[in-house]
Amino acid sequence: MADESKEPKPVHVPTGDKPASSTPPVSTPSGKPADASAPAAPPKPPAPAAPKPPVVLQTPLDNEFVTRFRAKFGAALLEAMEDRKQAILIVERARLVEIALHLRDDEKFDMLSDLTAVDWPKRDRRFEVVLNVYSFAKNERLRLKVLAADAEEVPSVVGVWPTANWQEREVFDMFGIVFSGHPDLKRILLPDEWQGYPLRKDYDILQQDTAWVRENLGIESGQ
Amino acid sequence: MGPQHPSTHGVLRVKLKLDGERVIGSECIIGYLHRGVEKIAENRTYQQFAPYVDRMDYVAAVSSGLGYCEAVEKLLVVEAPPRARVIRTILTELQRIASHLLWLGTHALDIGALTPLFYCFREREEILKIFEKYCGARLTTHAFRIGGLQYEAYDTLEKDVERFCKDFESRIVEYETLLTQNRIWIGRTKGVGILTAADAIAFGVTGPVLRASGVKWDIRKAMPYAAYDQYKFEIPVGTTGDTYDRYLVRMEEMRQSRLICLQAIENIPSGPIMGKVGKVLKPPPGEVYHAIEAPKGEIGYYIVSDGTVQPYRVHIRPPSFINLQAFDRMVRGHLVADVVAIIGTIDIVLGEVDR
Repeated sequence: MADESKEPKPVHVPTGDKPASSTPPVSTPSGKPADASAPAAPPKPPAPAAPKPPVVLQTPLDNEFVTRFRAKFGAALLEAMEDRKQAILIVERARLVEIALHLRDDEKFDMLSDLTAVDWPKRDRRFEVVLNVYSFAKNERLRLKVLAADAEEVPSVVGVWPTANWQEREVFDMFGIVFSGHPDLKRILLPDEWQGYPLRKDYDILQQDTAWVRENLGIESGQ
Repeated sequence: MGPQHPSTHGVLRVKLKLDGERVIGSECIIGYLHRGVEKIAENRTYQQFAPYVDRMDYVAAVSSGLGYCEAVEKLLVVEAPPRARVIRTILTELQRIASHLLWLGTHALDIGALTPLFYCFREREEILKIFEKYCGARLTTHAFRIGGLQYEAYDTLEKDVERFCKDFESRIVEYETLLTQNRIWIGRTKGVGILTAADAIAFGVTGPVLRASGVKWDIRKAMPYAAYDQYKFEIPVGTTGDTYDRYLVRMEEMRQSRLICLQAIENIPSGPIMGKVGKVLKPPPGEVYHAIEAPKGEIGYYIVSDGTVQPYRVHIRPPSFINLQAFDRMVRGHLVADVVAIIGTIDIVLGEVDR
């Protein structure tokens, strides 16, 4: 078992006649011919797999789109990469709205599927705000990221994609990230008076706003 | 209205600004069912978290589970074997029918038609029985596992599905007889809660609501997952984007789901049902966004791994939450009585809105 834990490696499961058009293809970089799919002798496959070169899942992204993007925004593009065949752009926070407009109007990423954040407390800029956009015309997804430190505000994209309204409120609610220019930034899932931002990494899973719980629910703890 | 109003399907509170009987503004107050699912995820292993996603959209747990399992599989860079994918597809399509049936029954009930509810629940019961036979649970099924399936299909699964599909063809006709040409139904739904295609896209609306606005987009076709690339089916679309169109779209979707099930049981490949995943899952560091077409729209999972057994971050894009945002746009200018119809037509589940 301890052995197995070390190998979340790409195992190529023979998928028969699966046409190339299936799910955005799961990359199988090492392409191990694990065709002995049958319950066959398990000792064999792991043996050659041991000195396997480290799987590279993140690679720099450099395609036509990125070239175009870099030509237009230059230094505002901090990094372009690919993770498991999904494109990711890290861009300058201050120019987010301008970039969003460009993506929506010129690159046809007309739908914002999802907006969220990730907290990395040990980094210089602890928050990553993540936007997943989709283009109907190209049938493509793109992930856009901006970085923000604790007290730094992130420009709101509600003016570009109105759907960002509730999603930015949720991020504010859970992480305390302030979106400048948001029309009505207030908590959405938690009570308005709640203290603390639960999805920050320094907010323990058992932590709660005890004062609020006592006052409003009349109990000592909601746990 | 709410949070304890029978038409809100749970605990949704809607503040309405009225001019006489006419709605001139609205605000949804949500969060009554917030459980902090995303925080829980960070404190569980990948497998331990899987049952929690069933508790979001608890009337379509199979679909939420499929999305989560596939997202983690993508993160692990493994694939479920073909047999597992086909069985997943069958169960997920049955779940779509069950979810739409629940929607139809309650939506009609809200508007004042009592009868369809009984018919819808009769058929939904058959589907839940199939789930029960397959995995022992009816609602919060946890039917799939990361990497494939835990349970082999039971002996008469194909037969049960086939029998259901055979009966179901004429059952849809029954519902339609009750509603489609019904003058009261038409009066209460036509022209109510219109959402244009441009608005729908701007608000990020997905699923049947988006399609009823005339956008022919379905993730099962656009970015096929499970075994959907093997089956023929149509994507129904509406023209005006009103409540009646959304009704027609969902009715047709049930027919299409039935066809998918019939095609899928024809030929379930043999072979293993579990891909090669270890007992302890440690996905390589990185991140993935994976979305599937749940009955209510795009359910997306954004998962970040730091290489440990617990996810570093799981974010769920819940279709109900995002679709509900368009409510304000749809309700303005209508009468108070229409609010009920419009809440019903978006087809929300508060467990998923609040998470």
